[in-house]
Amino acid sequence: MEFFRAHVLVCGGTGCTSSNSEKIKQEFEAQIKKNGLDKEVKIVTTGCHGLCAEGPIVVVYPEGAMYTMVRLEDVKEIVEEHLIKGRLVKRLMAGDKDSQDVSKSLENVDFFKRQVRIALRNCGVINPESIDEYIAYDGYKALAKALTEMKPEEVIAEIKKSGLRGRGGAGFPTGLKWELTAKAVGDQKYVLCNADEGDPGAFMDRSVLEGDPHSVLEAMAIAGYAVGADQGYIYVRAEYPIAVKRLEIAVKQAREYNLLGKNIFGTGFNFDIELRLGAGAFVCGEETALMTSIEGHRGEPRPKPPFPAVSGLWKKPTLLNNVETYANIPVILNKGADWFTKIGSEKSKGTKVFAVGGKINNTGLVEIPIGTTLREVIYDIGGGIPNGKKFKAAQTGGPSGGCIPASRIDTPMDYETLKELGSMMGSGGLIVMDEDNCMVDIARFFLEFTVDESCGKCPPCRIGTKRMLEILEKITSGKGEMEDIDKLELLAKNITASALCGLGQSAPQPVLSTLRYFRDEYIAHVKDKKCPAGVCKSMMSYVISADHCKSCGICAKNCPVGAISGEKKTPYSIDQEKCIKCGACMEKCPFKAIFKNA
Amino acid sequence: MDTEMVNITIDTRKIQVPKNYTVLEAARHANIDIPTLCFLKDINEIGACRMCVVEIKGARSLQAACVYPVSEGLEIFTQTPRVREARKVTLELILSNHEKKCLTCVRSRSCELQKLAEELNIKDVRFEGERINHPIDELSPSIVRDPNKCILCRRCVNMCKNVQKIGVIDTNERGFKTIVGSAFNKSLADVPCINCGQCITVCPVGALKEKDDTDRVWEALANNDLHVVVQTAPAVRVAIGEEFGMPIGSRATSNMIAALRRLGFKKVFDTDTAADLTIMEEVTEVVERIKNGGKLPVITSCSPGWIKFCEHNYPEFLDNLSTCKSPHEMFGAVLKSYYAEKMGIDPAKIFVVSIMPCTAKKFEVQRPEMASSGSQDVDVVLTTRELARMIKEAGIDFTELPDRHFDDPMGEASGAAVIFGATGGVTEAALRYLVELLEGKPLKKLEFEAVRGVDGVKEATVEAAGMKIKAAVVHGTGNARKLLDRMKSGEAQYHFVEVMACPGGCVTGGGQPIQPSQVRSWIDLRAERAKAIYEEDESLPMRKSQDNPAVKKMYEEYFGHPGSHKAHELLHTHYAARANYPEE
Repeated sequence: MEFFRAHVLVCGGTGCTSSNSEKIKQEFEAQIKKNGLDKEVKIVTTGCHGLCAEGPIVVVYPEGAMYTMVRLEDVKEIVEEHLIKGRLVKRLMAGDKDSQDVSKSLENVDFFKRQVRIALRNCGVINPESIDEYIAYDGYKALAKALTEMKPEEVIAEIKKSGLRGRGGAGFPTGLKWELTAKAVGDQKYVLCNADEGDPGAFMDRSVLEGDPHSVLEAMAIAGYAVGADQGYIYVRAEYPIAVKRLEIAVKQAREYNLLGKNIFGTGFNFDIELRLGAGAFVCGEETALMTSIEGHRGEPRPKPPFPAVSGLWKKPTLLNNVETYANIPVILNKGADWFTKIGSEKSKGTKVFAVGGKINNTGLVEIPIGTTLREVIYDIGGGIPNGKKFKAAQTGGPSGGCIPASRIDTPMDYETLKELGSMMGSGGLIVMDEDNCMVDIARFFLEFTVDESCGKCPPCRIGTKRMLEILEKITSGKGEMEDIDKLELLAKNITASALCGLGQSAPQPVLSTLRYFRDEYIAHVKDKKCPAGVCKSMMSYVISADHCKSCGICAKNCPVGAISGEKKTPYSIDQEKCIKCGACMEKCPFKAIFKNA
Repeated sequence: MDTEMVNITIDTRKIQVPKNYTVLEAARHANIDIPTLCFLKDINEIGACRMCVVEIKGARSLQAACVYPVSEGLEIFTQTPRVREARKVTLELILSNHEKKCLTCVRSRSCELQKLAEELNIKDVRFEGERINHPIDELSPSIVRDPNKCILCRRCVNMCKNVQKIGVIDTNERGFKTIVGSAFNKSLADVPCINCGQCITVCPVGALKEKDDTDRVWEALANNDLHVVVQTAPAVRVAIGEEFGMPIGSRATSNMIAALRRLGFKKVFDTDTAADLTIMEEVTEVVERIKNGGKLPVITSCSPGWIKFCEHNYPEFLDNLSTCKSPHEMFGAVLKSYYAEKMGIDPAKIFVVSIMPCTAKKFEVQRPEMASSGSQDVDVVLTTRELARMIKEAGIDFTELPDRHFDDPMGEASGAAVIFGATGGVTEAALRYLVELLEGKPLKKLEFEAVRGVDGVKEATVEAAGMKIKAAVVHGTGNARKLLDRMKSGEAQYHFVEVMACPGGCVTGGGQPIQPSQVRSWIDLRAERAKAIYEEDESLPMRKSQDNPAVKKMYEEYFGHPGSHKAHELLHTHYAARANYPEE
C-alpha cells in the first residue's frame, strides 16, 4: 500500500466542475509532478461539500485546510506554499484563518457548524470513483451486517424503529413502505431508486450520487434483502452526466467485489442493479410515471390503487425510495435506530438536506437536523440576505410546495409543520425571497413550470393549470379583475381535488399559499393596478428625478432601446412608450437619480 | 365458479358486489349513474378524464370510479357537492379547449361530450382561454383527424395500440400542447395505418371521422348520363337501423333497399351475390392448392384493412393470401363487364357505389389493381354512417318504407353470403361449399358453430372425404398477430384462415353506426349485430353459395367455371409488401 504525506481533495461536483475544477485538478497534477511530489502527495476528486457558491473548492489534508474560489493561477501558490513550505495560503482559506488548529478552522464557520452530515457524510471526503475508499469509511458494512446477522424482518424493524421518512417529498414512513412490499405476494419484486430529481433548484440527490454513489447501491441491496427482491433499477436523469458516470463505475466495482450479483457475502442472496436514464420530465419523479417510463412507455402516472408495493414495475411488487432516503440506510444499520432517533424532531427523525438558493448569501447544500428553524437556516447557516434586504418568504417543496412568510420564520422545518403552513418538505428545495420579490409573480413562475411539465393525461392539470397561469398573467399584466381571484381559488380547489397524480394535485399550491399569506398583493395588482414589489413590468415605470439628474448622459448611453433623451444642463427623461423596463439605466446612474415607480 | 363478494356502501346504500368490480361497476349494479368520458370498457380504463370522480371515505383526493377497485367496507359517495363541483369544473375545462362547432359537427347529437354537458347542466364555460390550433389531417382516403376537437381521452390511441396492435397514433408533446398524432406528426396517409377506422368508432367526439364522400354520390345521382348503381354489404343491413333509432341488432334490409331506391339509384344490388361468387372462386383456389401442393393455408382477402396490415407487417404471408378480390370489388368488376354487356350499357357510364361497414374500403377502391374492368371497379365507397346521413338529408323516413327487394339481374344471394358480415362467416360459408365439393353430396348440417362467436382466435377441424380440414378464424389485427406469429413459428398449421381486420368482423367495422361508451361498454355490439346476421341467414331459403342461381348463370354466360382465365382477369388480384416508415 502506498502512503502519501498529503492529500489534495478537489471537488468534482457539478457546481465546481462547471467552474473549472477539472482543469484545476490537472494543474495540481502538473505542479506536483514538476516539483517531484508525485510519491508524496495524492490528488483526489471528491463529491460536493455543499458550499457551492464558494466553489471551486480544494481541501488539503492532513491539515484539513479548505480553499475556496480557487483559480487556476492559485494552484502554483498552494503547491509551493502549502505543500512544499508548509505555509497556509490564508487569503484563499475558508473559516478561521488564524485558527491554531487548522482542522478546526471550519468548526466555527456557521455554514458548517450547525450541519449534521448523515446522507452527505462521504461527500467531499472520499473519492466517489473508488470503492476502496467507500469501504474504508465503513462502506458495505451495513450490508454485511444485514445479510449475515439479521433476518429481513429485523432489518425492516430497525428501519421502522429509526422513524426514517421518505426524503423525496411526501415523507411516507420508509420502514412501513418496506414492510408493505415485503408482505406483498409476487414471484418477482423490484427495488427502485428515484434519482429523477426535478424540483427547480434542488440538487441534493445529485450530490449524493456524485459524491457517494456506493451508499445508494449498498442501501438498495439492503432493501432488496429486506423485501425479497433480486433486481434494482436506478432511474436517473440523463442531465446528470457526472452522477450517471459515477454510478456506472460504482455498479461495475460493486459487481467486481461481488457486493452486487450472485451469492453476496456467500449468503446465497442475489441482487443486481441497472441504471435507467430518464429524459428529464418532471413528472417522471412521480412514482407511477417513473415506473411507466422504466417500462419503456411515455412517462405518465397511472391511478393508484393499486399501489406500487402491491403492483408496481411490470405489475410486480415494487419498492421505490429516493436517493437521500437510501443514503441514510447504511448509517442507520451501522449506528442503530436508537442513535438515529436522537436526531431530529419528535415526529420526524434524522436530518434533511436542503438546497438553499435565492436571495441568500451562502447558496448551497446543507444537511440539518429536522426541526431546525427557518431562521437558523437563513441567518445562521445561510449567512442572511444580501444587501441587507428584508426577508419576505421562503418557498419549500418546489412547485408542489408553498411559501412560508416572514411571520413564521421561527417555524421548525419538519413534515407536519410545513404541511400545516400550506407548504411541504418536498425534496428539500428552499428558495429565499426578499422584499424585492413579487409574490404573485412567484406564483406565476412556479405555475409556468408546472404547465410546462404537466404530462397532459388529465384535464384538471393539463387545462386547469394553464387557465390558472393565464389568469395570473392577466393579473400581473395589470388586467386582472377581482373575479379572477375567485376563479383562481375555484380552479385551485378543484385541481387539487381531482387531478390524477400527486403532481397535478399539488400544482395549485404556490397559488394557494401566496393567496393565503399575500392576498393583499394580489388585490393591489387587481384593484390598484400596482405591483408593490415593483416587479411586474406593466405596472411600474422608471423615472428620472429632475432634482438628482446631473445630465451626464450615462443612462442614455446604456439604454438598449434609445428610450432616454436629454441635453446638457437639463434633466434627462425616459420615453415610456419605448422603455422596455430592463432597469439598465437605474443600475448605471452614478447619482441614483433613476428610480422605479411602482 | 362462485365469485367472492364484498360489502360496500354507496351513497349510504349497503350492497354486495363481486370483489373484482370497480366502483363504476358497483354503481351500475346499484343503478347509480356516474358520468364517464374517457372510459371504454376493456379498451380504455385509464382514469384520465376525471369525469367519474367520486369521494371514497379515507381518501384525500377524489378518485376515478372507472379504475378504483372495490374492497370490503368501502364507502363511496357519488353525488356530494364536492364531487359535483369537480366534475363541472373539469368538464368546463375540457370544453374550454374544445372547438365547439357543434352545429356543423358530424357528431352533433351523437357526441358524448355534448351529452355530458347537457347532463351535468353546464350553462357556461367559466374558464375560456387559449385553445390548441392544429391543421386537420385529411390526406388519408379513409380517416379524417381534427385535433382541435380532440379531448385527449386516448380511446383511439389504445384501440389502435392495444387492441389492433397497430400503434400508428399516440400522444405527442405534453401538457397543454399534448396532441394525438402519428410519429413525426406525419399524416395518417403516410404511416402504416390500415384504415380500419376502429379509432373512429371509439371517438366520443368529432375528432375522428370517415372521409365524407357523399357529395360525390349526390353529384353522380344528379348526372343523367350516368347509370348509378349501388351495392350493400351484409353488415350494413343489421346496423343501419341504429342510425334511425331502431334497437341494436335490428334487421333493416328492406328499409335500406327502399331508401336507396328513393335516393335515385338505378339499381340496388346485394354485395352478397358477389360474396357467393367469392366463395366459388376462393374454395376452388383452396382445393387447387390442396391438390397441387400450393401455398397453405389460404388466408382470406375480403378485409382490406387486413390486406394492408399484412402488406406492412407480414409480407411473408402475402403468397398465402387468396388472390380473390373482396366481394364488392368483384361485384364492381362484374357490373362493369358482364352486367354492362348484358344490359347494353357503356361500362364507362356505369357508376358503382358500395355501401360498406368499412373505412378501409375507401382506400381499397383506389388501389390500381382494382381496375380490371377498364376503370376503377368501384367508384365510391360510402360507410353505413354516410348512407344514413344521405337518407336523412333526403328527408326519407327510414322506419316507414314499403317492402323492397334487391334488383335483378343478380338479385339473389345465399345465407352463406350474409354471414360474411360476422367473424367466422366467410369460413362457415366456405366450409358449406368445400365440404360438399369434397364429399360430392349435400351437407346435412349447415351450421359450423365452432367458428361463430366473439372469441379472438377460433379453430375448427372438419372432416370431409376422409380429409381433416383445419381452419382458423381471427378478428382484429391484434389477434391476427397472435395467430400469424404462431403460424410463423410452425406452432400452428391450417388449410384455411379467415382474418378480419376489425374486432367482431364487419358488423363492428370502422364504418358502422357509433354507439357511445355507455352502450358499448355494457352491451357486446359484436354479438348483438351478429345475431341479426345469423337470423338473416336462417330466414333465407337458399343458404349455400353454390346454390345461387345468379352466380351459376354468371359462370354459364360469362366466366365459364370458377378459377377460369376470365375469372382471374376480373375477379382476382395481387399484393405487394409495403414499407412501414419509408425514408423520404
